[in-house]
Amino acid sequence: MTQTLNLTINGTTQTIALDDPRATLLDVLRERLGLTGTKKGCDRGQCGACTVLIDGRRMNACLALALSHDGAAVTTIEGLAEGDRLHPVQDAFLRHDGFQCGYCTPGQIMSAVALIAEAEAGLDPERVREGMSGNLCRCAAYAGITEAVLDATRTMTREDAA
Amino acid sequence: MADLMNVQAHVRLGSNAGQSMTRRDGVLKVTGRAPYAADRQPGGMLHAVTATAGIARGRVAHLDTAAALAHPGVVRVYTPANRPPLAEHPDTKIHGFAWRMEALQDDTVRYAGQPIALVVADTLEAATEGARLLNPRYEAEAPRIGLDGNTPYQPETVSIGRPPSLEAGDMDAARAGAARHLDTVVETAAQYHNALEPHAITAQWFGDRLEIDTPNQAIGLAKQSFATYLGIEPSQILIRSPFLGGGFGSKAILYGAQLLVVLAARDLDRPVKLALRRDQMFGPVGHRPATRQTLRLDLDEHGRIAALDHHTLAVASTFDDFIESASNASHSVYATTAMRTTHSAVRTDTGTPGPMRAPGEAPGSAALEVAIDEAAYALGMDPLAFRLLNYADTDPSTGMEFSSKALRECYERAADLFGWKDRPLEPRTMRQGRLLKGWGMGTAQFPCPMFQAAAHATLRADGSAVVETSAADMGQGAWTALAQIAADGLGIDIDRLEFRSGQSDLPDAGVAGGSGHTATAGTALFNAGADTVRQLADLATNDPASPLFGAGNAGVTARGGRLYRNDDESRSEAYEDILARAGLDLVRGEGKGAREGEAQRAMFSHGGVFAEVLVDPDLGQIRVNRLVGAFAVGRIVNPQLARSQLLGGMIWGVGFALHEEAIHDARTGRFTNNDLAGYHIPVNADIPMIEALTVHEDDPFVNALGIKGVGELGVTGTVGAIANAVWHATGVRPHRFPIHPESLI
Ligand code: FES
Ligand code: FES
Repeated sequence: MTQTLNLTINGTTQTIALDDPRATLLDVLRERLGLTGTKKGCDRGQCGACTVLIDGRRMNACLALALSHDGAAVTTIEGLAEGDRLHPVQDAFLRHDGFQCGYCTPGQIMSAVALIAEAEAGLDPERVREGMSGNLCRCAAYAGITEAVLDATRTMTREDAA
Repeated sequence: MADLMNVQAHVRLGSNAGQSMTRRDGVLKVTGRAPYAADRQPGGMLHAVTATAGIARGRVAHLDTAAALAHPGVVRVYTPANRPPLAEHPDTKIHGFAWRMEALQDDTVRYAGQPIALVVADTLEAATEGARLLNPRYEAEAPRIGLDGNTPYQPETVSIGRPPSLEAGDMDAARAGAARHLDTVVETAAQYHNALEPHAITAQWFGDRLEIDTPNQAIGLAKQSFATYLGIEPSQILIRSPFLGGGFGSKAILYGAQLLVVLAARDLDRPVKLALRRDQMFGPVGHRPATRQTLRLDLDEHGRIAALDHHTLAVASTFDDFIESASNASHSVYATTAMRTTHSAVRTDTGTPGPMRAPGEAPGSAALEVAIDEAAYALGMDPLAFRLLNYADTDPSTGMEFSSKALRECYERAADLFGWKDRPLEPRTMRQGRLLKGWGMGTAQFPCPMFQAAAHATLRADGSAVVETSAADMGQGAWTALAQIAADGLGIDIDRLEFRSGQSDLPDAGVAGGSGHTATAGTALFNAGADTVRQLADLATNDPASPLFGAGNAGVTARGGRLYRNDDESRSEAYEDILARAGLDLVRGEGKGAREGEAQRAMFSHGGVFAEVLVDPDLGQIRVNRLVGAFAVGRIVNPQLARSQLLGGMIWGVGFALHEEAIHDARTGRFTNNDLAGYHIPVNADIPMIEALTVHEDDPFVNALGIKGVGELGVTGTVGAIANAVWHATGVRPHRFPIHPESLI
C-alpha cells in the first residue's frame, strides 16, 4: 500500500513513494532517502539526536510520522553547510570541541540553529543551557556546546547586522 | 623495531603532540558525514529486530512465529528451533574478555530484556511489528533482584581475573593501637552505559568472507571472537568501526544479537542490519552493578589512618562472573599502616555486569571519599587538611614508589580557583538566598594500564607518510591525538600524515578502554615512526653524498620532515631527498606498544575535585553550582581533547551522584525506567560552571612517552565531592547514590 509524500528536503522538493504508512520521518530520512546524518538515539523523543527543522521549527523526527508532514520543508544536518563553507553553528561546535563521539552532534547543531532563530536565549548561558537541554550528550560535551552556541549567536548577530 | 634510546635520539615530542588542535574528524562529525555502523546501507539489506523477554527468570513456552511470518515483509523468524549452528557455544568463555551471551541457544530466560527471537524483514517497520506479533508465553519463576535478592557468595575473582581480596600490613595490630574508628555503609545504584549510539551491526557475506560494521572498542579481539564462534578464520572477517557513538565499556564485548545477525546474513545471503532499541540496551550489553560498601577507618591519636577496611557486596548475574571491584579503589589513595579489601557478590536475575567508565573505581571512590569526609569532620579537621595529613607518598597496598604524583599541586590549584580556604567547618552554615550552600571535595585517582598494540608507518617518496593501526575512536579523539603522536614519531608535520585506523585489517591497536589506549597505541605508533626514521638515518649517514654523512645514526635529529646533524644544525636533509638518492619509493617501520616487564612503581593519574552545591531546604532539590577539578595526568597530547575528556568524566560523576539509577520491579524483575526519560543522565542545564585544570607532570616511568590517561579519572573524586558538598549544605550525610532529594528533608 504505497502512499505519496511530498517533502522539500534541504531545499529540494521530492515526491516519495512511501512503502509503509508507519514510517517515521526519521526512518524515511535515514532508511529510505539515505540521509543518515540525522541520528536515532532513542526513537521515543527523549534524546534529541534526531532533531531536524520542520518548517523552521526544531522537532524530533522520531516522533513525527512522515505522512503527517506531507508538504513540509525539512532541514537536516546535511543541508546546513554551503559546499565546503560550514554554517556558523557547525564551525563553532568544531572550534569549541562541542562534541566527542559526535553521535548527538547533528541533533545538537540543528537544535542550536533553531534556538538562535528563536531568539529566546540570546547570550545568557543559563538560558542557552536550558534551551539545549532537550539534546542529551552522553559524552557530556556540555561546556563546549554552550560555548559554541554563545559564540555562534554572536557571529550570526554580527552577520545579520552587517 | 626501534629501541627506545634511538627513539629519543631522533625525535622529540612536541611539534605536534602537546598542541591543542581541533579534531581531525571534526568536519565529518559536524556535517553528519561521519559513518556510524547503523548508517550503512548495503544494497538489498534486510532489517532485523530482536524480540526480548518480558520475564526475568524461567523459559519461553511459546512464540507465535506463524503470526510474525504472516506479516507482510517479514522474511524469517529465528528462534532456538531454527537458529543456524555456531561453532562454539555462546556460553563458552573463549577468552578472558568473553562474556556468556544469548544467541538463541535454548529457551531459558535469565534476565528481562534477553533476546528470545530475531525477526528479519524487508523494512524496519515490518521487523518491529513481526517481533511484536510473536506474543511470547512464558513459564516464569520468581526473580531474584537486588542486593538482598539472594544469598551472598565469595567470588574467586573480581573485575577481569583479579584477586578478590588484599591484605597489607598487620590489621589487628593497627586496630589495637588506634584511638578511634568510624564505620560507614554506602550503597550505589545499578547504572547503564547508555552510549547515545545504540548498539548496532550490519553484516554482509561475500562468499566465505564476512564484512561487519559495528561499533567496537577492540576490533582485533572482536575479529578473533567472531571467527571462533563462527568456526572461520579471522582473515575471512573485516570489521569496520571508524566511529563509535560512545562506548564507555559497553562496546568492548560481543553480545549474542551480533552473532545472530551474522548468522542470518549468511543464511539469507543478504546484508542484515540490526540496531538495538534503547530499552534493549538494558540487559545484554553490560552495566555497572549496584553495590553495598562497608568501610571502617581506624585513626590514630593524630588523625592518621592506621587501618582501612573496605568490603563490597556487588550484584552479579546468575550465569557469569563479573564482580565490581569497588573495594580496590581504596588500595592506593591514602596512606595507612594496614589495609584489607574484600568482595562478595549476590547472584540475581539480571544481565551480566561489565566494565563501565571507571569500573570499580567510580563506586569505590564514591564510598571512600564519603568515609574520609566523615572522618575529617569527626576529628574537627578541614577535609583538605585531613587528606594532606594522610597523603600517600608511597602506595600503601604495595609499598612501591609512585611513578609520579603531582596530587599536592592538583589540590592546591583547584582549591585556589575554587576559593576553598574560606570554607566554614560546620555544615549548614552557608546560604545563597533561601538555598543551602555547601562545599565538598574528593580525590581522583585512576590506574595507568598499558595493553598491547602494533602499528606500521610508511614514509613515501614525497616526504608524506601513512600510519596504520586499528584504533577505536569512541569520542576520546584517537583520530587526532594518535595522529599527533604518530607525526612526532616520524618527525613530520601532521598535515603530511595520513592516519588509517578503525578497521580490523590494520595492525591491532588493542582495546580502547581502561584509559590506556592513547598510551598503548600511541607508543606503537611512535615506535613505528621511530623505526622508520632510524632506517632513514642509516641511509643518510652512510651515504657520502649526504650532508649528514658520518654523523652516525645517533648523531641526527628528525624534525619537520628533515634530518639535522646534532653537531651542526646548519647541515640537514629532507626525507624526500634521502629517499630519492637511495632510489627508494618508501621506507616502512613497525612498532609495538606495551609495558615491558613487571611494574616497579605504582602508576596512577590523580586529581582534586571541589564542588559547590545548592540545596532547596524545603524540597531537597540539589543543584551542582560549581565544579572545579585539577588533574595530573602525565604528558598531555592535546590539551583541548584532554579537557573534554576530563570534563566528561566529571559530568559522569554528577550523573552518578545525583541522577543515574536503573530500577527493577522486584516482583517481575523488569525495569521500570529502561529509557532516557526514566533513566536520568545529566542534561546541559544540570552542568553549571565547570572547569578542569591540568598540572604539569613528567613521568619517566609510566611509558617512554610519559602519557597516563584521562578518560576515566574525572568520574572518581567528583562523586564524593558532590556528596560531601551536599552534607556540608544540609548536615545530612548521603549514604546512597544517587542522592535522592527526599533523603535530605
Ligand atoms: S531519537 Fe528522536 S529524540 Fe531520541
Ligand atoms: S558527543 Fe557523544 S553523545 Fe554527544
